Amino acid sequence: MVGTLLPIALVVGIAFAPFCAQAERLSLKSVNFDLPPGDGMFPSGPGADAINNNCLACHSADMVLNQPALSKAQWEAQVNLMRTVYKAPIDPKDAGAIVDYLVSIKGVK
Amino acid sequence: MVTEKAFLSRSLSCRRQFLGSAGAATLALTSAPALADTVVKLLLPGGPDERPMTTAFPQKGALILQRTRPPLLETPFEVFDQSVLTPNDRFFVRWHWAVIPTAVNVDTFRLTVHGRVNQTLSLSLNDILALPRVELVAVNQCSGNSRGYFQPRVPGGEWSHGAMGNARWTGVRLKDVLDRAGVKAGAIQVRFNGMDEPVVEDAPDFMKSLDIDHARDGEVMLAYAMNGEQLPLLNGFPLRLVVPGWYSTYWVKMLNDIEVLDQPDTNYWTKTAYRIPDTPRANIRPGETDVKFVPISRMVPRSFITNIKDGDRLQAGASTLARGIAFGGDSGVSRVDFSSDGGKSWQAAALGTDEGKYSFRQWQLRFAAPTRGDQVLMVRCTSSSGAAQPDTPNWNPSGFMRNVIERTAVVVA
Repeated sequence: MVGTLLPIALVVGIAFAPFCAQAERLSLKSVNFDLPPGDGMFPSGPGADAINNNCLACHSADMVLNQPALSKAQWEAQVNLMRTVYKAPIDPKDAGAIVDYLVSIKGVK
Repeated sequence: MVTEKAFLSRSLSCRRQFLGSAGAATLALTSAPALADTVVKLLLPGGPDERPMTTAFPQKGALILQRTRPPLLETPFEVFDQSVLTPNDRFFVRWHWAVIPTAVNVDTFRLTVHGRVNQTLSLSLNDILALPRVELVAVNQCSGNSRGYFQPRVPGGEWSHGAMGNARWTGVRLKDVLDRAGVKAGAIQVRFNGMDEPVVEDAPDFMKSLDIDHARDGEVMLAYAMNGEQLPLLNGFPLRLVVPGWYSTYWVKMLNDIEVLDQPDTNYWTKTAYRIPDTPRANIRPGETDVKFVPISRMVPRSFITNIKDGDRLQAGASTLARGIAFGGDSGVSRVDFSSDGGKSWQAAALGTDEGKYSFRQWQLRFAAPTRGDQVLMVRCTSSSGAAQPDTPNWNPSGFMRNVIERTAVVVA
């Protein structure tokens, strides 16, 4: 932290006045950026194909992998929420496999 | 470590603004190369609590990666120790849907105001910049900030405490925009929609509504700048709603559509999502049923120690500086109290400059940890409306509105 704050102290005295004056003339500039694709797959295992094929269109895998251990009922509720409310076009025959996969990697032990 | 002198200099308004952006730029430059290997541990009960740091997002420095797409990016906690305003490039990011426009043309952008109004408006950014300019410092905090500390754990964005930030917002009053359109009699709510869209066509577009009186209270803003610069794309460029004192779910990003309604909004995000138990502190027992749920709204007081971390070692008897931030939620900070003995005794902290009732307020004091061994530091904010942080955590199934007195475990040696 010392390393990052020292240079600031040196700069503040010089740049302090011009910065405040600039705040009075705000003009907006167009932007054009790329966002990271977030295209990583779920770890392999039984049901991995089902979750990869049905879930990754709408969101990356990382947040799912960051979830705490949940019960099977909780995982069923999550998958059901995605299907019914967020309209994830999950093939009904895959829903069970997705839940089983989630329980296998993130189930309450 | 920042010195006590820095606490005073940080209270100079313009200087602090500059300090914020310069500090962030310096950090990004110095820490970028190591990031691929950098993992932060969030100490979430039961785990998993390791997250990668990322610099892969446009206009953003080093942030904690909670989800790549749609982005959930968390502010590393040490940023809150560096300035009272959170630098734009370290400000947290939260999107619901993955279709986020990545190019915005300031010449062709239009904000539409329609519905129960005398005349439909299609406002360019120049039209909006020509309206009376207002500024406000306000905390923007996710409803689920600190969700990862709920026990039992609940599904959702497993945030530590960094799904919040404090910025100086510049823009125009929503009231002035609505007055230009002319709100008709019978208007009861105003609905806000941004340019983001769901991947699946029939999924519910993200929209939020406010009651008409709230929308016209003169405080709710359309912001085109934060901390003196245009909004980063991921924080809602070119316009976002600012709803002071309310959770950030209402602060609609990339706002391009305002609809005045003569019926209560029935869209999913207003009517069904983001609801809390209608109980004190939104607190229920896990598994409790027959609970009435209501939309989340006003924030509650919180406070944090920012210069001492869990597991730090302190010297027994030595004068030690503690400092941090507090906010009152929907009102200002009346007082901040600190305990170095796990809540047995408390002493009042000195408060930093008052940047307005919706802002973070810095606090600090000196203390001497008397006894060797494990000790717990605590800090408690009391808001100017008299609400104090509670000793016990609240629980609800969505992990919303945590505001328990936080505990920092240290070793005194």
